[in-house]
Amino acid sequence: MNSLTYEQVIDEIIKKNGSASLIVLLQEVQSHYRYLPEEAIVLLGKKLEVPLSKIFTLATFYRSFSLKPRGKNIIKVCLGTACHVKSGTNLFEKAQRDLSLSEEEMTTGDLTFTLEKVRCLGCCSLAPVVRINEDTYGSMTQEKLSKVLKCY
Amino acid sequence: MVNVGALERLKEEGMKSLFPSTTKIMVGMATCGLAAGAHEVWQLLTKEVAKSKTDAVLKKTGCIGLCQHEPLVDIIKPGYPRVTYDKVTPEKVGALLEGAAKGVFKKGIMARIDEEEFLLNGTHRRYSKGTLPSTLRSVVPYRRLPFYKKQMRIALRNCGSIDPENIAEYVAKGGYFSLAQVLREGKPEKVIDRIKASKLRGRGGAGFPTGVKWEVCCSAQGSERYLICNADEGDPGAYMDRSILEGDPHSIVEGMLVAAYAIGATRGYIYVRMEYPLAIERMNLALAQAGKEGLLGKDILGSGFDFEIEVCQGAGAFVCGEETALIQSIEGNWGEPRPRPPFPAVSGLWGKPTVINNVETYANVPVIVAKGARWFNGIGTSKSKGTKVFSLVGKVNNIGLVEVPMGISLKEIVFEIGGGIPQGRKFKAIQTGGPSGGCIPKDKMDLLVDFDQLTKAGSIMGSGGMIVMDDRTCMVDVAKYFLSFLEDESCGKCVPCRVGIRRMREIVEDITSGKGSEEDLDYLQHMAEAIKDGALCGLGKTAPNPVLTTLRYFREEYEAHINDKKCPAGVCKPLITYSIMQKKCTGCGACLKVCPQGAIEGKKKSPHQISVEKCIKCGACFEVCTFDAIIT
Repeated sequence: MNSLTYEQVIDEIIKKNGSASLIVLLQEVQSHYRYLPEEAIVLLGKKLEVPLSKIFTLATFYRSFSLKPRGKNIIKVCLGTACHVKSGTNLFEKAQRDLSLSEEEMTTGDLTFTLEKVRCLGCCSLAPVVRINEDTYGSMTQEKLSKVLKCY
Repeated sequence: MVNVGALERLKEEGMKSLFPSTTKIMVGMATCGLAAGAHEVWQLLTKEVAKSKTDAVLKKTGCIGLCQHEPLVDIIKPGYPRVTYDKVTPEKVGALLEGAAKGVFKKGIMARIDEEEFLLNGTHRRYSKGTLPSTLRSVVPYRRLPFYKKQMRIALRNCGSIDPENIAEYVAKGGYFSLAQVLREGKPEKVIDRIKASKLRGRGGAGFPTGVKWEVCCSAQGSERYLICNADEGDPGAYMDRSILEGDPHSIVEGMLVAAYAIGATRGYIYVRMEYPLAIERMNLALAQAGKEGLLGKDILGSGFDFEIEVCQGAGAFVCGEETALIQSIEGNWGEPRPRPPFPAVSGLWGKPTVINNVETYANVPVIVAKGARWFNGIGTSKSKGTKVFSLVGKVNNIGLVEVPMGISLKEIVFEIGGGIPQGRKFKAIQTGGPSGGCIPKDKMDLLVDFDQLTKAGSIMGSGGMIVMDDRTCMVDVAKYFLSFLEDESCGKCVPCRVGIRRMREIVEDITSGKGSEEDLDYLQHMAEAIKDGALCGLGKTAPNPVLTTLRYFREEYEAHINDKKCPAGVCKPLITYSIMQKKCTGCGACLKVCPQGAIEGKKKSPHQISVEKCIKCGACFEVCTFDAIIT
């Protein structure tokens, strides 16, 4: 897949999603590259005749888009209210320490993990909750989190 | 003419699937079940059932509400009541299957269900006709569990009872017959009258009368109309919409179809937040199935009525739960709210009249059609009719989704349904309404929950999150939490919200770090009033609520942070130090093992100590200590 040029990828996305909204197209670009590479969105703007400023606004407005490369595994630590009152923040800080991440850099150097805060995964009954890729883990503790991280 | 042939066929198929002639095993596979480990249980069950060469069938179901006890596995053996095993692990699967095969039910059963209710046509069907086997006599029926006793499940009627991936089971429970009924009547205005008469109010937060909204849209100028389902459940602590989307997606499709017919819409959108991947998957599957059975698309049930629905995936912005921002997002723009009027019912998606309702609102619609407006408005209080689903979470014994008639007291919800506070701790407050709501203290627990009473107490109904807080929850920290949430989520369009919330968060953060002063409290109050008056949309206007209610009811906690430089609940890190109570410590070594700093010392079986210099206050020791020996 990665051997495709930006042009091929963007053409394919535009062809497949025809009249879909710009957000849907960006979601497709992001799901291909795991982030929005500059070259790809510049090209997308040119082909759709949409100003880059509009694409940039969307990409920075919505939390799901990233302009920086993201890791292979996305860790989402839930900080919804129920998770917050059950010390979800401590889990976030634990993951940060385990993976040596800082507030400025939330992706590990080897692109294995990206750590994110998420405001409610809707799984409040099992708070505190952490989701790694598609897997949701309930009733998390700092100890359990360290063990789970080693499985990825 | 309306052809219900397809529905009759599906109903028959669905009844066979709901009540098969062989043993049926159901696993709760909503996100909460999966987070508790239902997937591993499901995989093992699949393997074991195949190996056993029995004719048992394995089915998925949604969440029945008592999520804390997940993974839940139900066994329905012909001739026996339906039984629920709770907290099932792969190790327990063998014994469970053996019991099911022999009809000898062993330990681990949480409750039984003797009969299945068909709410829409008012009937029941018993699972077993004979007398109860002796092994099951001591098992409590669901209806008698404190958690369910006071509940009334309308919107959640099918969650946890049907396979959400099988349209036939939904139809067997009476689904899509409300649609057939309104199509047969052929009078859209009558549908609106009925919803108006039911006095149903929007369940998304604002509580606007649904029927009035439909009527306004219907009489607005324009050739095209749109219908939107707001499934962007952004309020942290609320997850009833997710549960309905995952557990009973067809109830939303049917509710939307009835609404679309009433207002004359031909196209609908379900805007689901991206944090709910399973909900999106189940919803897409439901739409495909409904399309295949002629319940969506052209000439629905041969009536000449056309309607299409599309799922729109959110991109991660809380503000998109606000209706005008949500419309912007569907149109492919950034989700900035715009001033109202004009309301979307007059000028909405692509400038056309649009009705936006919440998931739970739509889930109520087929029931109102089937049971009548009078039945529905016989439930609840004078101005809030029907039921409301709440997610009862936080520091409470029975955690889960509860659906109760409007007008029940907070006390009943927390102490009867919720079973009180765990570990004998003290109840402090209940937070309702998400970031737009507030915290209600102990002496207001007699409050009868409806739209107006909650507003009077300074909070709001909102989408139905109820987070219980005990004496280990710091109310100033809670205020800071909501402010930083809203600071992150403010779209930035208007100054009061963008700058005001940030400023308030900075002040509260100073207070939680021990840098606050007495004047800060007046300043906070003043800022809160200004933001309330000046912000453009609901997000900003209600943003000060968590601060205002905590100031109103828990001022002494703010004062303790400011004057004594102490956090009474032991939460605000700059104001606490962890130490070990020598009397309580047994020297088990659990804390020593988890401390990432090597800050804990002590010999096995003798009391340990924490070095204040080395401690980073990560709380790991506090989490693992089972003797309550670690204090702040």
